Amino acid sequence: MEVRGGVLLIIIGAALVTLIPRVVPLMVLSRMNIPDWAMRWLNYIPIAVMAALVGEQLMTADHGLFQNKVELLAALPTFAMAIFTRSLLGTVVVGIVSVMVLRLIL
Amino acid sequence: MEAHKNHIPAHAHAHEAAEPEDTFLQGVKDCIPTLLGYLSIGFAAGVVGHTSGLSVMEVTLMSLLIYAGSAQFIVAGMLAAQGSAIAIIATVFIVNLRHVLLSAALSPYFRQLTPLKTMIIGSLLTDETFGVAVNQTAKKAAISAKWMNGLNVTAYLNWIAATVAGAFFGQWITNPEKYGLHFALPAMFIGLLVTQVMSRGKIRKDLFVACSAVVLVIGASFVLSGSVAVIAATVIAATLGLVVEKWK
Repeated sequence: MEVRGGVLLIIIGAALVTLIPRVVPLMVLSRMNIPDWAMRWLNYIPIAVMAALVGEQLMTADHGLFQNKVELLAALPTFAMAIFTRSLLGTVVVGIVSVMVLRLIL
Repeated sequence: MEAHKNHIPAHAHAHEAAEPEDTFLQGVKDCIPTLLGYLSIGFAAGVVGHTSGLSVMEVTLMSLLIYAGSAQFIVAGMLAAQGSAIAIIATVFIVNLRHVLLSAALSPYFRQLTPLKTMIIGSLLTDETFGVAVNQTAKKAAISAKWMNGLNVTAYLNWIAATVAGAFFGQWITNPEKYGLHFALPAMFIGLLVTQVMSRGKIRKDLFVACSAVVLVIGASFVLSGSVAVIAATVIAATLGLVVEKWK
């Protein structure tokens, strides 16, 4: 159950560089009047970042582009579940089960 | 900036905070759909932490202080590979830089709060709680701090529990990928993406931005590391959204 000094320093350093980008924009921008175009730009960020994360995790696997067939195929029922039920939990469950089933088949 | 402080009406959204749906408890409830995703990824992070030689206490400290899945995987991996402290911290910084965009995008909804409250909310911001919070903004103009704290604290405690459990049971589980658990994260992002697009009422523009982001992140991955590619794709795709608005 020990904590080594070197590891502790790395954890504290990593914690600080994680905290700053999380906190500073929210603290600063929430006290400013943001121009209309910037608001509309920020409005697209949620869609853009989620899509980019999905794309990064599904398409750019370690071993090359479009190589993780199981995950790419599993994304289809996962998307369908999300579209038809809009249930987050259901989507996650369908995703995990799809990967497990596809691993057995392929 | 300090000068602007007084121009913002402190109680502009006070009436909305009084709605029953904006309580801490409601925030806890709205977090529940994301818990499974957190549990599986947190468990995996704990297992990886254990297998790369971190003690349970060190894994726990990471979850308490860093609280970011990708960063914790990286710290564990780079420690196991004898990476230098500076290299590890710099990599974590880059990987988590996208929080700048999330934090900025939430800022319009938290205008009425004190700096301390804003700081507390920001410090527990994750991709997932951001996604849930943005879905909430589709329904109302402001999010209450209580609701956001309920959401954030639930996710935080769940994450700590999951990583500690992973570190404990890590000695028996060598390959969490076998059980499809690694897919919980992309599946959750798919769920958050779809519910956002469908609730915002501008499906065509949003779909264009989303597809652009996917194409851009694939293209960027040839020249940039994964997390930098995500940031670049996000910034460009959101800008393309503005361009398309201008055309119409």
